[in-house]
Amino acid sequence: MTAGGALNVGVEAKPREFGPMTRQMFVRYAGASGDLNPMHYDDELARSAGYPSVFAQGMLTAALLATFATDWLGAETVRRFGVRFREQVWPDDVLTCSGRIVEIVPEQSDDRMIVELTGTRQTGGVAVTVTAEFLIPRNASVYGAGQADPP
Amino acid sequence: MSPAPVPAAPTSGQPWEVILERGKIAEFAEAMASGNPAYRGADAVIPPTFLTTAGRWAPPGARVDVGFDRKRLLHGEQEYIFYGSPSRAGDTLTARERIVDRFEKPGKRGGTMRFATVVTEFRAADGTLVAEARATFIETGRR
Repeated sequence: MTAGGALNVGVEAKPREFGPMTRQMFVRYAGASGDLNPMHYDDELARSAGYPSVFAQGMLTAALLATFATDWLGAETVRRFGVRFREQVWPDDVLTCSGRIVEIVPEQSDDRMIVELTGTRQTGGVAVTVTAEFLIPRNASVYGAGQADPP
Repeated sequence: MSPAPVPAAPTSGQPWEVILERGKIAEFAEAMASGNPAYRGADAVIPPTFLTTAGRWAPPGARVDVGFDRKRLLHGEQEYIFYGSPSRAGDTLTARERIVDRFEKPGKRGGTMRFATVVTEFRAADGTLVAEARATFIETGRR
């Protein structure tokens, strides 16, 4: 058995922080994704639209949760990744990601792990929530280092 | 005489080619602060939200238009579904969008909120559906 331990309902990933968020992260994501909406890198424009500054793309916060989730349960095993955008993320914010297995649905030789992931700002505000599914060979342990130590 | 009704936007767009390249996947992985080796190299797998990059390569007119005012446009939800392991660098997919749902609700601050769901299908060369993206857009009520 690996250090990760068994995957059971209620098992949580080891939480992980991203940030403090920077404008460079927003610009890098804009270029990588092809979403060049200037609201995420032009402070003057953001202020003229009534915002205190630029803010992160919702899809960037989703991508950070994807990093967190695939380090935990694997990149090849993901079968669904559903994101709800709730609150904006600002420069200097720290996003804390947490995750938990909420249901395991047995399939032929695999288990479909249904997990809920949350990205929370340092204020306690929930910026983004994700429901994701990973198809994992039955009785496998996680290979990633992301799992919290068993109690 | 009442004005002529605005013609409904087409509910299906035109297909376009999406070539999955290792450099683009590695660049995206960096932007998502991931050092995962699965996203690097000649057979890099695509990250869960990578297909958002596909829209960038759609030729003019290929995508659907939900017709919402951009100043009141919110991206409410985004979902990716993979029918099997996610695609890899070197794969070529065909993307096509369609509007699958539209509805309205009274806005919390007055006016009418409009919702639209756009599904993008991604198919392999043999026509197999390998992934779907489902985006929900919201137009907030006019205040």
